[in-house]
Amino acid sequence: MRTARFWPYAAFLCGLAYFIIPLIGMFEFSLRKRRGVYSLDAYTSVLTDPQFQQTFLYSLFMALVAIFIGVLLVVPTAYWVRLRLPKLRPVVEFVTLLPLVIPPVVLAFGYIRLFNTSSVVPFLGSEFGTNILLSCGYVVLALPYMYRAVDTGLRAIDILTLTEAAQGLGASWAAIIFRVILPNVRVAVASGAFLTFAIVIGEYVISALLDRPAFGPYLVWIGSNKAYEPSALAVMTFAITWGCMALIQVITQFSKHTRTPL
Amino acid sequence: MNWLGIVPFAIFALLFLLLPTLNIVLGAFRTQQGGFTLDNITNLAQPRIATAFWVSIKLSFASAAIGCLIGFILATAVALGGLPRWIRQSTLTFSGVASNFAGVPLSFAFIATLGRVGILTIVLRDVFGINLYGLGFNLLSFWGLVLVYLYFQIPLMILIITPALDGLRREWREAAAILGATGFQYWRRVALPILWPSTLGTMALLFANSFGAIATAVALTGSQLSIVPIVLFNQIRGDVLQDPQLGYAIAFGMIVVTAVTNLIYIVMRVRSERWLK
Repeated sequence: MRTARFWPYAAFLCGLAYFIIPLIGMFEFSLRKRRGVYSLDAYTSVLTDPQFQQTFLYSLFMALVAIFIGVLLVVPTAYWVRLRLPKLRPVVEFVTLLPLVIPPVVLAFGYIRLFNTSSVVPFLGSEFGTNILLSCGYVVLALPYMYRAVDTGLRAIDILTLTEAAQGLGASWAAIIFRVILPNVRVAVASGAFLTFAIVIGEYVISALLDRPAFGPYLVWIGSNKAYEPSALAVMTFAITWGCMALIQVITQFSKHTRTPL
Repeated sequence: MNWLGIVPFAIFALLFLLLPTLNIVLGAFRTQQGGFTLDNITNLAQPRIATAFWVSIKLSFASAAIGCLIGFILATAVALGGLPRWIRQSTLTFSGVASNFAGVPLSFAFIATLGRVGILTIVLRDVFGINLYGLGFNLLSFWGLVLVYLYFQIPLMILIITPALDGLRREWREAAAILGATGFQYWRRVALPILWPSTLGTMALLFANSFGAIATAVALTGSQLSIVPIVLFNQIRGDVLQDPQLGYAIAFGMIVVTAVTNLIYIVMRVRSERWLK
């Protein structure tokens, strides 16, 4: 048996090398700003850059808005489709998967054409409108993941019984959705939210084409103008992505006892 | 009145997903004055654009095929190779992170590693005497881009194919063994035919995944490389006013390519799920 395990280990180690070396590379490079010694200069330079702070906060805020709109949109819809409109499920699922078919650059192009200043809904006419449009674009980008997460969460609970029980106690629809259903799928919602966050924080195309001061365009700008700062930023972005995924894992593990075993 | 509950979603989807797409599809068949035309589509045949489509398709195909192959090997090693359980778990967790670690930061990581002054380039040169760039390697080239794309393609393949590998029942292997099949015959005649649809389907997904990717390439090559998303991006930003209808046609072409590949994915997925029940 011992020789039989040689190839799996060899394959695993090769894969490990491919995935670890670039991480080491970017980390090492990010420390090289000061000549001759390793230092955190690149990080200080990035963190004290006002443009970094502004664009990062902007994208952070956009991510939160997108998560808010996404949850508000997806949870009631997925619930309602499961409860009352099961026949529409294939249609709704198809629509939620469309963002995987339509590349973001195409979507942004459509926005520019459809919502310009001379259109019926001139989102692009004002800064506020453009921000709304951008966050809705982010909701669209995250829709496949968010909908799937919530829908899977809903499958695990008995929504019919919960709904009837709540109705029997005189709850309104809003109360049922936000005080009964939402708390029951909070793990699914949270993993959808973290995934949305991971997608939004580095997003480039839509924000660049809508000309918004987001983190993604800032990354590209700094990539073509600085030497060591990009690596420092890459390290930080990787840490954020890792953090999001780790949180998803943790909350899913943490809530395992409430799930039915497979 | 049941349909009322879906109205907000319908309005949102119409406004931010369906109408913008429809606008592009219709625009691809319209003259600037609004009449019907096929000129925009035939204009796609001009060398600059046709080449971009061809490069994009080759790039996506190469990164999808190689990503599929390597992802499959790694997933098999981790899921069925008898490695400790924690290796399997951490591989899956890491794959979740890496498949989302795309775009601009990813290209920074590779520039820091395999760029002209990247750590691996320097270590190979100074310690092993291998001059990568002297040998014709260039990170800012077709194969360089494939190498970078694999960083999110392989993990995606691992994430999707591992459940399929778990679906291979031990009984099938035992049945094959009892009938006298070797390990190779089992894979050739039993396991691979069952996994084939999901592998091919995942490949279609990986293809679409890299076909629409733009940020990585922009950060790596500074929007110089002629792949379709970058051509469209430049068209929207810059010279769209000279021929706005051409932008529609390029966008429409992109939708067609990704739609076809996703259709393959869906069909293959339905076929493969028969076996996993």
